[in-house]
Amino acid sequence: MNSLFHRDLWVEILSSLKSNGARTFVTAFGVFWGIFIMVLLLSAASGFETGIKSKFKGIATNSIFIWTQKTSLEYKGMPRNRWYHFDIQDAQAIKDNIKGLRIVSPQNNFTTEIKHITKEGSFKVEGNAPEFLGQKALKLTQGRFINQKDIDQKRKIAIIGWGLIDELYEKGEDVIGSFIKIKGVNFKVVGVFKDTSINGQKNIRAQQNVHIPFNTFSQVFNFGDRVNYFFITADDDQSATELKNKIITLLQTRHKINPKDKRAIGNFDLNEQFEKFNMLFATLKIVSFFVGIMILISGVIGISNIMLIVIKERTKEIGIRRALGATPMVIKKQIILESVFLTILSGMAGVSFASLILFFVNLKIDSMDPVDLMILNPIINLPTLFTIFIILVFFGLLAGLIPANKAVKMKPINAIRTE
Amino acid sequence: MIRITDIYKSYQIGKNTLPVLKGIDFNVDKGEMVSIMGSSGSGKSTLLNIIGILDEADRGTYNLDGIEVKNLNEKIAAKYRNQFLGFIFQSFNLINYKTALDNVALPLYYQGVSRKKREEKALFYLDKVGLSNWAKHVPSELSGGQKQRVAIARALASDPKVLLADEPTGALDTKTSYGVMELLQQINDEGKTVIIVTHEPDIAAMTKRNVELKDGLIISDKIIEPVRATLYV
Repeated sequence: MNSLFHRDLWVEILSSLKSNGARTFVTAFGVFWGIFIMVLLLSAASGFETGIKSKFKGIATNSIFIWTQKTSLEYKGMPRNRWYHFDIQDAQAIKDNIKGLRIVSPQNNFTTEIKHITKEGSFKVEGNAPEFLGQKALKLTQGRFINQKDIDQKRKIAIIGWGLIDELYEKGEDVIGSFIKIKGVNFKVVGVFKDTSINGQKNIRAQQNVHIPFNTFSQVFNFGDRVNYFFITADDDQSATELKNKIITLLQTRHKINPKDKRAIGNFDLNEQFEKFNMLFATLKIVSFFVGIMILISGVIGISNIMLIVIKERTKEIGIRRALGATPMVIKKQIILESVFLTILSGMAGVSFASLILFFVNLKIDSMDPVDLMILNPIINLPTLFTIFIILVFFGLLAGLIPANKAVKMKPINAIRTE
Repeated sequence: MIRITDIYKSYQIGKNTLPVLKGIDFNVDKGEMVSIMGSSGSGKSTLLNIIGILDEADRGTYNLDGIEVKNLNEKIAAKYRNQFLGFIFQSFNLINYKTALDNVALPLYYQGVSRKKREEKALFYLDKVGLSNWAKHVPSELSGGQKQRVAIARALASDPKVLLADEPTGALDTKTSYGVMELLQQINDEGKTVIIVTHEPDIAAMTKRNVELKDGLIISDKIIEPVRATLYV
């Protein structure tokens, strides 16, 4: 009798809901609609997030890139408009002085002639550290990437983009182990990569780069100590954006740059961009939830309203039940459970219908090229569903409370007398 | 069974106080079949409601089978109604979306009797009122007389000490009324205490004791030889 899941109680609830089938349906529709919209909005927000984030996939987003530009202010006897260079000692200095960085990898690059047997073309060559593989969305399709031995021994090896194979090789020719000439110098190809970032997939040039060991690049192409770029990734528990100023200050000191000179050190803060996206998504989620809850509330008010009318119409029935021995608790429990049940049922129907629509949307999306899409895999996840469920129970309780209290407020004798 | 001493009851209508019962002493013993007569406004229904713990007196005492009925909270009132009293109403008051069987079983449901036992008992009482073949029908499929029989079966279902009937034949034609009265007499014959409120003299004549109310007071109370309803059916 006291159990919430007693069969008899539910038989009672179902039969009283069934006795007002059409009205039950119309009432339920408000909540159904609220949840339906909420799930669609949340899924769209989540799909948008997945879509945008997929464009960053494989990239270490907690990163900044810095490079040298002309100075714009005089400092310590140095003129303005001065060209300067980073050097390889900067890498060590950054690592030593600034805590919380995971990778500091230097890079030099240029575009030059690359030749294999008879075929040739002009492509970009990058001198990179082994750690660079973890910073960019590069996937090795054959062979290996640069390792520490390559760096230490200044080996002449190259990892080429898959887009180069068509340009430089005959069909069916072995790529690994072959040699290519970069600016007239022979390099052995030890790996082939694919740029899996969205930019890389869209841009064939990005698939035609050549990576060679940083030290080899410096020596063979006479760069000496010079470094043009640093790719710096912070530890996961650190923010690259927060460490950026420390890094820049350090480099300013090391290269006699005016601390007020904003232009001398060029930088791109990927982390900041990414954080902006995260903020955007968080905002989107909150807005979706808010709008959903607002619609849901109007649905719940509908339920509460109709329950009130139902109570009024059933005043006599409730009076009879009480004359037959139903305690106020039993009556209240039944009304509240009816309300909760109706809310959950219609809410879950809303979730199901929204899921059905999402299923078809996903089918459509899957058949399209993900590169062009801003939305990927719009779904509602289990924790969100659970939250929605809790909200439904809560609102159902709330919607049933007022009618339930009203139902038992009238004396049974007066209730029986109403016609 | 019922000991009522010096009961007063008045209703508040707007600013005016309308006295309905003005000092009633009324006792009913076990096995009695009492009719309460009186014109409308005489207070007969109010008296029945007080006996039925649906209403409470302003003053006076009410003792139901040794239990003092006073200042009960709704929970205990509901329990007493369920265990001690069976109600029969003029307009039957069946729950229209429930079958006859479920209607009869309802008081047992509130007693927490298991489903199987409930249906068994309900069917027994439906059989007693001659409607076991109608168990699965909803009230709208039943005639007035049948509805009242279902209501009587429902009132009997929890095996109450007293059966309270408020104008049980008020909505029925004469022939059907006598049928219902025959049933009530039969139930009384088996020892159940029955109190009937009516304003129909022929119905009152079928009880063992006539109590007449006027303006909130008992003006006559006499034992009579009941007319057997069987004679008319």
